[in-house]
Amino acid sequence: MPIISNVTCPVCGSLCDDIEILVENNKVVKVKNACGLGESKFLNYNGHRLRKPLIRKNGELVEASIKEAIRRSAEILADAAYPILYGWSNTSCEAIRVGLELAEEIGGVIDNTSTVCHGPSVLSIQDVGYSTCTLGQIRHRADLVIYWGSNPWSAHPRHIERYTAFTQGRFQASIWYRYLAHLSAYRARRRLLRALKLSSVREAPTIEAEAGLPPTLFRKERKMIVVDVRRTRTADIADYFLQVEPNKDYEVLEALRALIRDEEIDMDTVAGVPVETLEELADVMIGCKFGVLFFGVGLTMSMGKLRNIDTAICMVRDLNRYTKFIIMPMRGHFNVTGSNVVSTWQTGYPYAVDFSHGYPRYNPGETSVVDILARGESDASLIVASDPVAHFPKAAVENLVRNPVIVIDPEPTPTTLMADVVFPSSFVGIETEGTAYRMDHVPLPLKKIVEPPSGCLSDMEILQRILAEVRKIKRETAEVA
Amino acid sequence: MKVTLLTGRTLRQGQGKEYGKLSERYLKSVAVCEMDPDDMKRLGIRENENVKIATNYGSVVVKAVKSLRAPHPSAVFVPYGPWISLVMSSKTHGTGMPSLKGVTAEVNPAPTEPVLSLPELLKRHFKKE
Amino acid sequence: MDIAIKDGKIVEKVEGKGVKVIDASRMIVMPGGVDIHSHIAGAKVNAGRMLRPEDHFKDVEVKTEKTRSGVGHSIPSTFTTGYRYARMGYTTVFEPAQAPLKSRHTHEELNDTPIIDKGAYPLLGDCWFVLERLAKGMIEECAAYVAWTMRATKGYAVKIVNPGGLEAWGFGGNMRNIDDTVPHFNITPREIVQGLCKVNELLHMPHTIHVHTNNLGKPGNYVNTLETMKCVENLAHGDKPVIHITHCQFSAFKGRDWHTFASGAEEIARYVNNHSHVTLDMGQIVFTETTTMTADGPFQFILYQLTGNKWINGDVETETSTGIVPFAYKRKSYVHATQWSIGLELALLIKDPWKIYLTTDHPNAGPFIYYPKIISWLMSRRAREKVMRKMNKRARQKSLLSTIDREYTFYEMAIATRAGQARALGLRHKGHLGLGADADIAIYNIDPTSVEPSKDYQLIRRAFKHAAYTVKGGEIVVKNGEIVKSVDGKTFWVDVETSPSVDEFVPRLKQVFEDYYTVQYENYVVPEHYLAVSCPVHTKAEI
Repeated sequence: MPIISNVTCPVCGSLCDDIEILVENNKVVKVKNACGLGESKFLNYNGHRLRKPLIRKNGELVEASIKEAIRRSAEILADAAYPILYGWSNTSCEAIRVGLELAEEIGGVIDNTSTVCHGPSVLSIQDVGYSTCTLGQIRHRADLVIYWGSNPWSAHPRHIERYTAFTQGRFQASIWYRYLAHLSAYRARRRLLRALKLSSVREAPTIEAEAGLPPTLFRKERKMIVVDVRRTRTADIADYFLQVEPNKDYEVLEALRALIRDEEIDMDTVAGVPVETLEELADVMIGCKFGVLFFGVGLTMSMGKLRNIDTAICMVRDLNRYTKFIIMPMRGHFNVTGSNVVSTWQTGYPYAVDFSHGYPRYNPGETSVVDILARGESDASLIVASDPVAHFPKAAVENLVRNPVIVIDPEPTPTTLMADVVFPSSFVGIETEGTAYRMDHVPLPLKKIVEPPSGCLSDMEILQRILAEVRKIKRETAEVA
Repeated sequence: MKVTLLTGRTLRQGQGKEYGKLSERYLKSVAVCEMDPDDMKRLGIRENENVKIATNYGSVVVKAVKSLRAPHPSAVFVPYGPWISLVMSSKTHGTGMPSLKGVTAEVNPAPTEPVLSLPELLKRHFKKE
Repeated sequence: MDIAIKDGKIVEKVEGKGVKVIDASRMIVMPGGVDIHSHIAGAKVNAGRMLRPEDHFKDVEVKTEKTRSGVGHSIPSTFTTGYRYARMGYTTVFEPAQAPLKSRHTHEELNDTPIIDKGAYPLLGDCWFVLERLAKGMIEECAAYVAWTMRATKGYAVKIVNPGGLEAWGFGGNMRNIDDTVPHFNITPREIVQGLCKVNELLHMPHTIHVHTNNLGKPGNYVNTLETMKCVENLAHGDKPVIHITHCQFSAFKGRDWHTFASGAEEIARYVNNHSHVTLDMGQIVFTETTTMTADGPFQFILYQLTGNKWINGDVETETSTGIVPFAYKRKSYVHATQWSIGLELALLIKDPWKIYLTTDHPNAGPFIYYPKIISWLMSRRAREKVMRKMNKRARQKSLLSTIDREYTFYEMAIATRAGQARALGLRHKGHLGLGADADIAIYNIDPTSVEPSKDYQLIRRAFKHAAYTVKGGEIVVKNGEIVKSVDGKTFWVDVETSPSVDEFVPRLKQVFEDYYTVQYENYVVPEHYLAVSCPVHTKAEI
């Protein structure tokens, strides 16, 4: 029974690469080291598959040969005046490269899912830059870890354990041991109290009930702060949780920025947070040796969008005058970073690239898919490993499904149900190898651990064949003309 | 009742997705609305009863569940998915990014309206020739 | 005279039917250009591309039958990079700063950079493993690690950037001079440079250590640069160079501050003229808007504070850092104009063209597309004076250029743009047109018998901007400055044979690997099949 080790997990942007997998008869039977999300994917990915290409005929999706499906897709794309090619965050860089070539060939728009997650972060970085690093720097050096508008416990379950607060670094000890010690001391005390039948004695007030910040935040070792609009699971394990009112992140960030610059604020509270608390928080940030601010879509998707990120980045930039401070977006899909990276080296732009003029154009808000769809401008689409029908706003979906839709996906989704051509593909990172980029832009190899079901090609191969067929059609048309 | 609508990822939604988006488990993990228990009392809704979420852009029926993250009065949380997308605006304010968090919405009991299954939902809302 | 080409190589003669003939009479024929230092691919370059859409908007390449589309200007997309180099007759370019942890990224981009041959230098001057071994005097163990790194990252040369300074930058610090101590590591920049120089000699690397000095970009740093060159003086054998000081212009500053800022080119040139163990490249300033990007994080932070422009910082665990800041060189600025002068002073005061090569440290001092301009400045005093008339008055008055008559000949120019660089890189098949050389050839439409570069510098510029022909590996890829065919270039990397073999060292490395990195050993190593066209250069080490 082969155990395959050092497997990179193709689920979230943390891209843990220490997974061990036991394979029996071309089937994953056991997964070690992975989180709930990773394990669930490795064990269940094959339970619900597309196995045959489908083409819509008379309103119904019916099975077709791969050749037929390739031809039909190429015809749709070659005919289209302004097609969109969307998805790309759950596939390999190798497939994305072909996708970009195809987009250029047909003069379409290629956009990836960052357009609806960290697109605003990209726009902010283009405005002001950012100070960042790879995750290992944080592991070795950070004594202050802040998660703002992100919930790694649910979305990146091993992030804290592998890269930040609970990891052991060269210059920073883990707080995990302290956390465990704290927990067992607490349990021991409870047991003791029960034994003495003193369980009616009131427990110590929780940290949050006290005024000001907990004293633990002023110790030298690593500490963790969570800022969010609701008390997430991540908040439960933090040293301190700061709750802000929805859509008020901008105010809090600006206030902190002002305080870091030693300015005074003539208010008692900002977004529901006492200014004194913010003053102390600013001191903690200035006083650390190496701080890091992770931010999630909680900042990019709420009011202010890129302006929230602008001000967060500027705050971190200001902090670098006093100490070392880093900021990093928490990227969702396992290769959303890779889709930005590949698009940037080929076209200069990370997403929303429009080839309709024969060269790359970029203007998010105009060339981004949600806007194109909302305006009803596209006349065909190719969706790779993504599910816009489930996640785009209604008006955009209406215009998407009104025109021909080609979908490449290993499994049925709301989008495949609404498609005109469907290709069953193999799972990248399980049945196909490739390259992906971690959220900190570290490239990692994805492994092939089992054979794909027969008839399921890789995304890259399907795209190559569509591209070849499109070129053939173009040549044929040129000859006729 | 007027609320602020938040959407996001949950561990259950992430796992449910891996069982297939057409599965019952996925539906149960995303066609839900996590509410503050006090708000539920105020509206007279019990756990797993249907509520209708409405915005300027559309409405959808999902099941109300008690939030484990309370208190968060007049804020509701719904995981990403095809149900909640129906009430979202496609305006991006020039950023490419629709507003998916902190949307103003109306939540009310909907005892007579069912939570649509995924195929029903798609059929009801989108046409495909 | 005829040059015969067969199977991508220069041969004595070719016979038979169907031989293609290029008539290059009354033209200049040179080996394909070689660039020893140009940031064209990898994590840092791509971060720069992402940072600057405004840089791309003004300069686009439309898709054609033969070429992919792309964008310029200072940080062109990969395809555009390959095409633009080829159009200038360049056929070999080295990316000088590859963070080892992100080598896959560099190679993915190099695979998408058409036509030119290429390679990358892994950054080793701040690697924990190197610092620890050198601090303990374990030269051979360090050499084994460097040999392993070349293989694991498919690297070509040892790159040292602000030795020790980047590790200190991990906590926001820097090195003040060559004898400062690196916090937590008990080692000085001097010891790092000397140690890696010894390692480089032990491994018989084709190129010397490639050094970006401490204090780069700061007034008064020429002293530190001289110290850096001196510190490896006694490690040299015979006339063979042992150190390359890169983009030397940025390391040849005199003065106490920006107000008293002045050129230190004379001192550097005097030293280099009297010593044979050093080679340099210019890092010549061009007055334009560009993007600065180096592994020197602390320097880029200073540049950000100086300019207030947008700033990217990107530290890499246990290895290195990165900084990026957009920058405009203005001829009316005293400092910028003096910098422009320093680069040319170095190239003109150093007598031997085999010792100093033409670069702009692309894109730091200017995009590589401006090379033809620099060629004209080197070949024509008149061209230099034309620029000086319009630049900052104080800088003009203090510039040594008005006292320098030297003008490069075509031969000297060929050395500074290809032959010298190929020799410094140890590329025996490049930089010349002898038998057995790679058939990488640039033909420029200029008649050396009738053209006087001194007067006709505009003709020179035009000719070097658009090669009449560029031949790469025996195939015509450019004709009249246009791409007629796109081919894949090779990626060079160094495969060092050591005894005992590098494999025996791996278990010792694996022991610390998990403590150092957040990736697994197996996933760190770049396999050979990852390179589109792999071209290992074999050497035999003394260990």
